[in-house]
Amino acid sequence: MLRLENVTKRFGPVVANRGISLEVRGGEVVALLGENGAGKTTLVSLLYGLYAPDEGRIFLEGKEVRIPSPRAAQRLGIALVPQHPELIEAHTVAENLALGLDLPPVFSRRALVARLEGLLAGHPLGVDLEAPVHRLSAGEKQRVELLRALLARPKVLVLDEPTSVLTPKEVEGLFQEIRRLRSSGLAVLFISHKLDEVLAIADRIVVLRAGEQMGELRREEAGKDALVRLMVGRSPAPPPKAAPPGEAVVLEVEDLMVPRHGFPVQGVSFALRAGEVLGIAGVAGSGQRELLEALAGLRPYRGRVRFLGRPLPEEPARLYALGVAHVPEERAMGVVGGMSVAENLALRTYPRYARRGLLDYGAMERDAEALIARYRIQAPTPRTPVRALSGGNVQKVILARELREGPKLVLAMHPTYGVDVGAAEEVHARLLDLAREGAAILLVSEDLDEILALAHRVAALHRGRLVGPIPREAASRECLGRMMAEGRA
Amino acid sequence: MRLELDLSPSPGKVLLAYAFFLLLALLALGALFLAYGVAPLRAYGLLLSPLADPLGLAEVARRAVPLLLIGAGLALAFRVGFFNIGAEGQLLLGAVGAAYAALFLPPGPWTPVLMFLLGGGLGALWAGLAAWLRVRFGASEILTTLMQNYLASSLVVYLVAGPWKGQMALGFLYTDRFPPEAQLPRLGETLVPWPTLLLGVAAACLLQLLLSRTPLGFAWRVLGENPQAARYLGLKEGRLLLLAALTSGLLSGFAGVGEVAGIHLRLLEPAQISLGYGFTAILAAWLARGRPLGVLLTAPLLGLILAGADALKLALSMPFRVVDVVSGLLLLALIGAEAVSRHRILWRR
Repeated sequence: MLRLENVTKRFGPVVANRGISLEVRGGEVVALLGENGAGKTTLVSLLYGLYAPDEGRIFLEGKEVRIPSPRAAQRLGIALVPQHPELIEAHTVAENLALGLDLPPVFSRRALVARLEGLLAGHPLGVDLEAPVHRLSAGEKQRVELLRALLARPKVLVLDEPTSVLTPKEVEGLFQEIRRLRSSGLAVLFISHKLDEVLAIADRIVVLRAGEQMGELRREEAGKDALVRLMVGRSPAPPPKAAPPGEAVVLEVEDLMVPRHGFPVQGVSFALRAGEVLGIAGVAGSGQRELLEALAGLRPYRGRVRFLGRPLPEEPARLYALGVAHVPEERAMGVVGGMSVAENLALRTYPRYARRGLLDYGAMERDAEALIARYRIQAPTPRTPVRALSGGNVQKVILARELREGPKLVLAMHPTYGVDVGAAEEVHARLLDLAREGAAILLVSEDLDEILALAHRVAALHRGRLVGPIPREAASRECLGRMMAEGRA
Repeated sequence: MRLELDLSPSPGKVLLAYAFFLLLALLALGALFLAYGVAPLRAYGLLLSPLADPLGLAEVARRAVPLLLIGAGLALAFRVGFFNIGAEGQLLLGAVGAAYAALFLPPGPWTPVLMFLLGGGLGALWAGLAAWLRVRFGASEILTTLMQNYLASSLVVYLVAGPWKGQMALGFLYTDRFPPEAQLPRLGETLVPWPTLLLGVAAACLLQLLLSRTPLGFAWRVLGENPQAARYLGLKEGRLLLLAALTSGLLSGFAGVGEVAGIHLRLLEPAQISLGYGFTAILAAWLARGRPLGVLLTAPLLGLILAGADALKLALSMPFRVVDVVSGLLLLALIGAEAVSRHRILWRR
């Protein structure tokens, strides 16, 4: 159905895809497996007409095609379900779906719904067409994206990291749907960096590393270790073990309430001891961000929060001075793109570089060089603007800055999101080092494996309420999934 | 064809873009001159004539001084994310402050200082008001400062037509002439008051240093480029905004002082005090890419365009409407060239 021949795409000196050749037949699911930065998204963009390949050819049903725009991709029969649902929140499901249709200039709501139901006959809807999108869960939004893709009656369906916002149960539902589509003859390209998912759904697995095709395996012959070796180029290190926590309570949260849209964070209580890692899981939008931002002084809250026995101040600058580090959910919040790596590493501490009123850039850059080396940040010089770095390296800049002073409490949200496996291991090791030195770590993550590997105790946020925490030994993936999805252990 | 942002264009490309757009503007102007019955080459010559003699250069400088003062402040304000469109009004209030000090306070050697304090203070107050409204109520400073222009303009009209109307003004709308103590010294025989020229150059250098080398400037740049990060770090957003707004208003006020105390020597109608300097200076700051030091280059360039258009008006007795088209087209060409040089054009589909 879809065939790529020697496709290469360069961005300046960087080769994002080098000589990729792969084929997806009708009625087959092919997985594209690779770490962040391996070139998966670039390949999707080439297929969906966002970029044009520099070399190589793309064939659809045996004919060579050029895909100059997403519109052209849709016309050719290539549909994409994006990584993050791109829907208009204020509109209803039907209206969102209507965006992909050729409609008359004036139409009634009823006619639209009837037409959509006709077009989608044979596909289980799973969502209320009249519901406004902002009321839907992440899984339902993804469902809408999938329906929108199917409306165009595609021959090839591309799913870009479709499970990153789903609970384990929702993932199972998605997989069933994919299998159903496969049996109807659709060619499916499934992009992911998660081994388990790829092994569960794919017929064949193509592994990318640093823009190059490392190999292609049939599912039956693919083992986890072999795949990881292909992805990373070496065997994965065993997850590091956390030292047992100490006795002193670092953070005490009692009956915390944070107002917000959707489910307010309410009645959250927990205590965090020195040297302890508490992992909090949750479906995106369950209040994780609000909880963390309240503790980081960025949101007003009610309730009693004590840090080392004293009330926690509500000012970010004072919190940092007291030894509270904050790794924000969004990288965009944690850096200033146009400023240099050195300046970004000094965002918290810049006033210290003042000598008679002027900033000592020499000292700032020397300190930056040390951090760049220590965290293996790939930046040509400390003066390179952060905007020019890859996502993983930006994340390392944030971590290096937040952890440089040896904090007593680390508030970390998705600290390894978008970071390659090697770097993620370093981040984990650094967090555990800090814990060993007596820091308390509140780790909020969507990556259950990360939480299970690092935390002493685990909890989940479900609609703004905290489920748990329970000891790590008592928790399994399934149990954590239930806590996230149903609010009970 | 696609446009892509080019954050560090090569000098050659910038030069090419400017040459291309200026050529385009000159071609359009040529058609205009022909239609008006003037040989285009003669008109082009007149446009550049201010560069030919010292008197012409002084005319360029006269227009560059307020542009420099205001532009340096605006470059700072824009970098911090305070979109001050009200420099014209701040300039007018500066003029009002200077006029008050000149006409109603006892004259003496201290008068110039009082004029700058009062004029700059009023300008700063005017901009600070908009910043306060934004910090306190979230009012867009683009709208408030724009509206404040009209308020300031009306205030000046009211003053020169009413309470401050000159004894000797007869039917004209202006105040009495400032006493000698309140007249700023000029460079030789020109109409260039050197105190404001000096202030402008100093302001551009100082603000550049402040912005790129001090802790305050560091915080300013963080806030301007990523307000979210500023919040995350706990920077005092309100205070930083207010400070930038006050600085920008102060310098606009200084420009107003310079215009009335250095050139006109009386407060008169708004349109005669300022030739839209508060607006043209936005362009000076933008062309300088938000670098106060860059305004040292762009302000004289814009001054030349304004002075050249004036020379055209005098030599050919062209009506000012046509002359405004001339300067307008040239400014438009600069905007086009700058916009294009900041982008990469990809021809491949």
